[in-house]
Amino acid sequence: MSSVWTQLETHLAGVAKPARYIGLELGAQRPDAGDGAVSWLLTYPDTYEIGLPNQGLQILYEILNERPDAVAERAYAPWGDMEEVLRRERIPLFSVDTHRPASAFDVLAFNLSAELTYTNLLNCVDLAGVPVRAAERRPEHPLVAAGGHCTYNPEPLADFLDFVVLGDGEEVVSEITEVIRDWKASGRTEGSREGVLRALAGVKGVYVPSMYEVAYEGRHIRAITPRHPDVPERVEKRTIADLADWPYPRNQLVPLTEVVHDRLNVEVFRGCTRGCRFCQAGMITRPVRERPADQVRTMVTEGLRRTGYDEVALTSLSTADFSGIEGVVRDIVDDPAGCGQTSVSLPSLRVDAFTVGIAAQIQKARRTGLTFAPEAGTWRMRQIINKLIREEDLYGAVESAFSSGWRRVKLYFLTGLPSETDDDTLGILDLARNCVDIGRRHTKGVNVKASVGGFVPKPFTPFQWFGQNTTAELTRKIGLLRDAVRSAKGVQLTWHDPKASVVEGLASRGDRRLGPVIETVWRRGGTFQEWSEHFRLDLWLDAMAEHGLDLDWYVHRHRTEDETLPWDHISAGLHKDFLWQDWQDALAEVGLPDCRWTPCYDCGACTGYGIEHVVASATPPAGGSQGTGQDLSTGHVPGAVPVTLRTRPLAGARS
Amino acid sequence: MTGPAPRVRIRFSKHGKVRFTSHRDVARIWERALRRAGVDVAYTEGFSPRAKLSFGLALSTGHESEAEYLDVALRNAPETTTVGQLPALLGPALPAGMEVRAVAVLPPGAESLQQAVTSCTWYIEIGDRAPSEVAAGVSRAMAAAELPLTRTRKGQTVTDDVRPAMLAVRVLGAVTEVVAPLAPRATGLATAIEADLATQPRGLRPAELIAAIDPTWVAVRVTRSHQWTQAGGARREVMDLGPAATPPPHAEARAS
Repeated sequence: MSSVWTQLETHLAGVAKPARYIGLELGAQRPDAGDGAVSWLLTYPDTYEIGLPNQGLQILYEILNERPDAVAERAYAPWGDMEEVLRRERIPLFSVDTHRPASAFDVLAFNLSAELTYTNLLNCVDLAGVPVRAAERRPEHPLVAAGGHCTYNPEPLADFLDFVVLGDGEEVVSEITEVIRDWKASGRTEGSREGVLRALAGVKGVYVPSMYEVAYEGRHIRAITPRHPDVPERVEKRTIADLADWPYPRNQLVPLTEVVHDRLNVEVFRGCTRGCRFCQAGMITRPVRERPADQVRTMVTEGLRRTGYDEVALTSLSTADFSGIEGVVRDIVDDPAGCGQTSVSLPSLRVDAFTVGIAAQIQKARRTGLTFAPEAGTWRMRQIINKLIREEDLYGAVESAFSSGWRRVKLYFLTGLPSETDDDTLGILDLARNCVDIGRRHTKGVNVKASVGGFVPKPFTPFQWFGQNTTAELTRKIGLLRDAVRSAKGVQLTWHDPKASVVEGLASRGDRRLGPVIETVWRRGGTFQEWSEHFRLDLWLDAMAEHGLDLDWYVHRHRTEDETLPWDHISAGLHKDFLWQDWQDALAEVGLPDCRWTPCYDCGACTGYGIEHVVASATPPAGGSQGTGQDLSTGHVPGAVPVTLRTRPLAGARS
Repeated sequence: MTGPAPRVRIRFSKHGKVRFTSHRDVARIWERALRRAGVDVAYTEGFSPRAKLSFGLALSTGHESEAEYLDVALRNAPETTTVGQLPALLGPALPAGMEVRAVAVLPPGAESLQQAVTSCTWYIEIGDRAPSEVAAGVSRAMAAAELPLTRTRKGQTVTDDVRPAMLAVRVLGAVTEVVAPLAPRATGLATAIEADLATQPRGLRPAELIAAIDPTWVAVRVTRSHQWTQAGGARREVMDLGPAATPPPHAEARAS
């Protein structure tokens, strides 16, 4: 197969960071595509530095390359200077593994982790020399696919994607490969594209946008219906039952140049049932599936030895919840093979599960940053979002950290949450200030960084009906914090640009009518919208106006219970009435316990698919509060704010 | 630990795709390769311990080399046999294009690479220029009493005479086989030169040499072939490769 390397090579000295285009990572493969093998180009629609560490793509890369009938290579979005070279010299998008042109692959498969990368997806397809609109592609063109969290509302990209994969990809990639293999074997004849897409629509977990018709009633969607009787009315997500069966990646890629999360990453569990109502990841990845602790230890030991990394991250949505986390961390840092140099980072820590024990373990080799996410400043607000951590929990965690020698702690917050008052917003600084006071008891140079993001409601969460705060309102709230932080010594405030949040909100809950908007923004050069220096709100506003669409209606409007949502034909396993009830509970300031340690309330994620939690320990981690049987009657240290944990109908009660 | 840590010096090459990694990238690649190979590297003390590695003169991103060096501090004095095994151990831990050429134990108190190296030899291909043109340009430059060049360093623009740093420049002739060009070339024609450039007191880079001779020239391929130290009035290779260009894995390399 031809390679663009020699064409590319002459230009690499002239672009920034050329090492991101050369491949050669430890663990990289140079698969030989035999005749008939289905070739996948796994593409991350942002830079190499952001995309290379993506674990989802690395898992699929290995699983596909293990199959005799498939090969997988990788591509990333070229930076602006490289794109200019590619367009000027007529060099197509290429794989970094063998530098084959993207159009030589059977599937261009994108990972979509962020809405602001949508225009980059179009740009990559175009750079591949493939028509950006699915309807214009011919049998010789690759199939353009996407997976990842954003695909739970794939509608804004419906015009551009041939098929979409929902949920865990480990099993379904093989089923898709088999369908495409047959298509290749049949010769990809004229008109056969429709046939292969129809066959793919029959694979559980695969959504083919062109097989569905959307009917409108005024501005609202009346119905989304399949065009053919054999196409399912609702597309269910895929869920692997047991993470122990999938010890991937076995050969994590080690890049030659700097990337984000540049360390060994071992996924310790998938899914989360803490039930934070703003958190899409926690809703769509249910149930909790823990990896056996012994398998974690083996993956860490072998991974460190193979890669030469001296840092390992134990990843999940809330790593301190992993059964026996303290023992696992202790074993890693005490392993003599690491010569006392191995550091462990726990990227997602719940304050109610973070203990002195964990703090003591992870600071042995090197103190990595500590980040906690209280998410909201007041107990009232935390009840609404169902992040039921008390102030004592937070203070206990930072006490553990500061007393173990940390001097800097980062706290994540959201603003623009449902029914948020200015007191709630300003409560963020009260918490941060109190953390500084605790730190001062232990060390002089205390720094508490409060990072504030504007809340963007996401599909398949109880907040999917909530009208997002306007840019003006988010800006005002951030302004309140900026004014107040001046008198808060030791607190450093950072915030996310509210202008970017509005576009994120638009893409997150938009429908098919946004396709032309995304295309227009892309055609006018609006790529790399995740990058603040490239983000162009004006392009989006202009495109919305040109296509006669109302930003307010899409982003800032509260939805009603009877409204057909653009993703109603997609299923993340969650019952819509469960989500609606949870939304009503949120507004009533009522919390919901974690079903991993308390009885099932039938959200649908387990019962619908006949699977269960896989959790080694039946008891919640030390110091936890939510669903742990502890007294939750107060959330605020000085005053008492009552909380009720509402009893839900248990599983089986539903007819 | 008493006394300074024992050190080994490694000579390695950098060719092909991997030449597009930066000096910082190479440092990180080595840290990981040494850990993968199980080399008992010494670490700095403190909250954020780092492997004690020191690199010589940075090689510009995109340039190739037959003579890159790094010094590795070890926790314990290595056995002679261990040193001999290092090339074989490190080989599979390095990316394609980077190869260990020689390893030797450094005598205590040996100068650092930055201090010791006084000049480098560079192989440079100049695109779209015939040997006669290049020879004329080189003669002119070498005959000049002064060769002022304006360069920026740490944000400051400085013009100084680079002629003293041009120790020798030889024209090798036309390049018949075009290998791995660095920049676009119009004619497919190139002329190779070999230049000895001083690294002290102020060094001269290959790209700067070309700019000083003729700003219209473009270096399409640059390879560092030697790094030299000064000993008793004569120059010596920092680390010899011995009679064979590439030593067998178990050959014992000599220290400089």
